[in-house]
Formats: sequence, C-alpha cells, structure tokens
Amino acid sequence: MTAGEVAAGGVAAARVEPPVRRRRRFALGDYLLPAFAALAFVYLFVPIAYTFVFSFNDSGKSNLVWQGFTLDNWANPCGAPGVCGAVVNSIQIGLIATVAATAMGTLIAVALVRYRFRFRSTMNLLIFLPMATPEVVLGASLLAQFLNFRVNPGFWTIVIAHTMFCISFVVVTVKARVASLDPRLEEAAADLYASPVQAFWRVTFPLLLPGIAAAAMLAFALSFDDFIITNFNSGNTDTFPKFVYVSATRGIPAQANVIGSAMFLLALGVVVLGRVLSRRRRAA
Amino acid sequence: MALAGALHTPGAGAEVSPQRPGRRVPYLLLLPGTLWLLVFFALPIVVLFSTSLMVPVPGGEIGEYAPGLRFANYTEALAQYWPQFLRSFGYGLTATVLALAIGYPLAYVIAVRARGRPLLQQVMLLMVIAPFFVSFILRTLAWRQILADESLVVTTLKAVSLLPDDARLTATPVAVIAGLTYNFLPFMTLPIYASLERLDLRLIEAGQDLYASAVGTFRRVTLPLSMPGVVAGTLLTFIPATGDYVNAALLGTSRTAMIGNVIDSRFFRVVDYPTAAALSFMLMGTIVVLVALYVRRAGTEDLV
Repeated sequence: MTAGEVAAGGVAAARVEPPVRRRRRFALGDYLLPAFAALAFVYLFVPIAYTFVFSFNDSGKSNLVWQGFTLDNWANPCGAPGVCGAVVNSIQIGLIATVAATAMGTLIAVALVRYRFRFRSTMNLLIFLPMATPEVVLGASLLAQFLNFRVNPGFWTIVIAHTMFCISFVVVTVKARVASLDPRLEEAAADLYASPVQAFWRVTFPLLLPGIAAAAMLAFALSFDDFIITNFNSGNTDTFPKFVYVSATRGIPAQANVIGSAMFLLALGVVVLGRVLSRRRRAA
Repeated sequence: MALAGALHTPGAGAEVSPQRPGRRVPYLLLLPGTLWLLVFFALPIVVLFSTSLMVPVPGGEIGEYAPGLRFANYTEALAQYWPQFLRSFGYGLTATVLALAIGYPLAYVIAVRARGRPLLQQVMLLMVIAPFFVSFILRTLAWRQILADESLVVTTLKAVSLLPDDARLTATPVAVIAGLTYNFLPFMTLPIYASLERLDLRLIEAGQDLYASAVGTFRRVTLPLSMPGVVAGTLLTFIPATGDYVNAALLGTSRTAMIGNVIDSRFFRVVDYPTAAALSFMLMGTIVVLVALYVRRAGTEDLV
C-alpha cells in the first residue's frame, strides 16, 4: 500500500497487458464474470457472517433464534460449560502435532529433493496416499489399530492421528521451497569448510524458514479444525470441533460462535500482517 | 556454474564435498517420518483389512470378534448398504461438478481478470480461504440455521413464491449437496487459480488473432493449460466430499445418509467393527480406482 507498491503494481500491469488487449470482443463476459465472482464470494461469506452475528445474540440456552443484541457472550467466552476446556485441548493438540509433523515432514522434504536414494517412488506414494484417503477411513483404521493393541483413545491418540495426517501436507509445502533453493549455496558452505550439519543450520534452514513456517501454520489449521479423524480417536476427550458437533443436537451455545469468530479475526489478522510484513521487506 | 559442475565430477567431488560420503544421510532424514507413517497409517490400513474379515465370537459379548477370513462381511455389507454407498458417490460427484462450475470462473477472475492488480488479487485470494478460519462444523451448522424452516431465507422464498409453502430446505439432498459444495469450494478454487496464474495471456490473444471465438480459445487454449489445476481441484473436492459424513449428519436425515454416516454408526453405536471396516475398505478401494482412471484419462500423471 506504499507508493512503491502502487508503482510496482503499475509496472506489472504495464508489462503483462500489452495494447493488444483493446481488441477483446466479448463485452458481455466483461461484466458477467465479475458479477458471478461477487455472487460466489457472497456464498462463501454467508455462514461466516451468520456465525459472527449470532455471537452477539442474547440467546440464553440455545442459539437458534435472534433474541436481541448483547456483548455478554464476548465478555464471558468461557460461560458455556466445557467450551474453554475443549479449546485448550485443541490448542495443545494442535501445537504438539504441528511441531512433530513439521519436524518430520521437513526432514523428508529435504531428503526427497536433495538426495538420490532407492524407494524414492515408494516414498512419494507413502506421502501421497494419506492425502488421498478419505478421513473416515484414516480415522476408522487408526481406531481399529488402537483397539487391537488395547490402547484407550484420548488426548495422545488424537495427537498421534493429527501428526500422521499433517506430515504429508508439510512435506508437500516444504518440498516446493526446497526445490526453489539453489544447491550451490550449500556447496559454497561446504567449500568454506562447513560441516554438513553446520551447512544445514547456517545456510539451508534459514532459507527454508518461510516454507517451514507456512507448513507449520497449515498443519496447525488442519489439526485445529479436524473433526472426523478426531471423533474416531478421541475417547472422552473433547476438542473444539467435537464440542460443537456434540452440542449441535441441543443447540450450540453462543460462546461457540464467539470463539469461532475470534479465531476468524485472529487468523485474518495473522495472514494480513504476514503479507504486509513480507511486502515491506521486499520493498525495502 | 562451471565451478558447480566441477564439484560433481567424481574425483573432485569426493575430496571437496564432505556431504557425499554420507550415503546414509537421506535414510536418516527419512527415518522418523517414514516410521510414523508406517506405524500410524500403513499398518492401520492392514489392521483395518484384517478387521474387515473378522468373525463374531460365538456366545461372546457384543463387539467381540475373532480373527478370521470371512469375505461374506463384504457382500453382506454391500447388500445392506449399497444405497448409501451409491448415494455417497452421487453426492460427491454432484458437489464436485458444482464446485468446479463455481470455482473455475472464480479462479479465472482472480488469476486472469485481476492480473496486474496484486492487491486486489491478494484480497480476493484471502476471501477464498477465509471460510477455513471459521471451524468447519460451525460453518455447516450455520447453514443448518440459515436453511431452517422458520429462517429468514426460507420464509422470504415462500413469501415471493419461489418455494412452495410445504417445501423445506434442510433435511433434503439439496441441503447436503449444497453444504458439501460450500465446504470444499476453496479446495477447488485454489489449485485452479495456481494453474491459471501461470497462464501466459499472450496465448489467449494469439488465439483471438487467429480468429478463434471466445469459446474456441477457451476450449483449445485456456482449459488445456489449466488442466493440472482442474485435476488437483476435483480430486481435493471429490475425495473428502465422498467420504464426508458431517454435512449429511447436520443438514440431512437418515434418507440422505452417506457411507461415512454408516461407518460411523457401525463403529460407535452398533460396535459392528467388521462391517464398518469392510465398508471403509470398499470406499477407499472404489475411490482409488476412480482416481486412477480419472488421472489417466485427464493425462496429468505428475501430480505427486
């Protein structure tokens, strides 16, 4: 949004849109497509707006009908029994699973891009399959395994399950970043007598960091929002999505809407801030 | 460049680069993640398969099964639940087609029409992923309230006679499919955007210069070049939509139950593990076959 950005935008526009564009013929499409996109955005935003509006509902027990505006729910987000415990569980599970999946996934991504080894295509398949398997099957199979080995489902089985399905997404995200790195940088480090470990921590890792951060954010978001796999492997432990699903039969408390809306604003803030910072860094 | 090349010649590389002797390095890097996936993904699939062939223990408690090779579990499960099975694929396919019909134009507007305006593109992309920031279950429940019988939407539609007085929107296949389409629309839009974003606009202009119609240019130039995105988007929508049971549970009734609902209830309410496992396995098998056929047909095999 700085002058530099506007100028950069202008330059980009001038570069990709040569004068030939004048000759476009389908004038109707000029308006039809943007109008269609606007409608699609409305479709995407209706439930978000609903969730937000009903977080201010003076609802009492069940938050189904609009009964008047109040700030009470926002003032007291833990007011409904069990809701904050579930959120705390979700955050803890999300953090542990994110750290575990990001660490293991990053190592796999580095190995896949940088090294030649046998079983390479098998490895690619092992990464791809969990993403291509429906969540019910992942959840059911893992539960079958836990039952088979007489493991009681609970907090840690959720962590194990989340780590499992996050690894593949981390590998895919970090792999893209590794592939765009110049291998000669590591070779230069080696030439300067850095050990492989030093070369990794001093050269490769800092360059990979944006990709790793993106992967970690994705993993946390996936873990925090997961319901189906969690539902199979959670026993009596509640996560936030499970809490909402279970309370849906008797009407969810407005506090769930408050927490959903707050998460929305928080995530939006993080993403916008991240974009602004990276733009400023690029502009500098 | 020349220097880098020299490093890779066998003699020079061996003494200059200390990384090369570490032949075990890639395996060490792969070890933890691979073990995790083998123990908590691959092995469970094997366990699931053996569970699907188990036999009930004679005179045992409910939920007690012994290892066996009872293939009849599959035929019995299919005989009983084929409507839900077919319905899952029908709903999944319909939702995928609808998401493509909405997501492709949306991605096109962001990637092509808004090109050269980075800020607008960023904002629109953010709007596409924004639904992810509100919990999946909360969004689906929001749809349930919005489409409920006494809601503003339904009463308005009835007031202007767009909807017959006795009609309802929740508890219908329409609601379930609309929910599925909604929930997976970003998964469709983003990969198509990624493909179209790399599209060279001069190719479209070349098509027009050569007197191709707008439709002809789209069909011969734009669409083929965006196929990788379309394939990725349809898979990312079809697979989770077919296996989903949240939308059917929250927006539908037992008459709109999908195979996920059956697997869930067999597991938890009826403790009929073999049937649940057999159904899971058939679901996975069918999806794998369909995906393999589709990917081969669509001609993009470098998905992984």
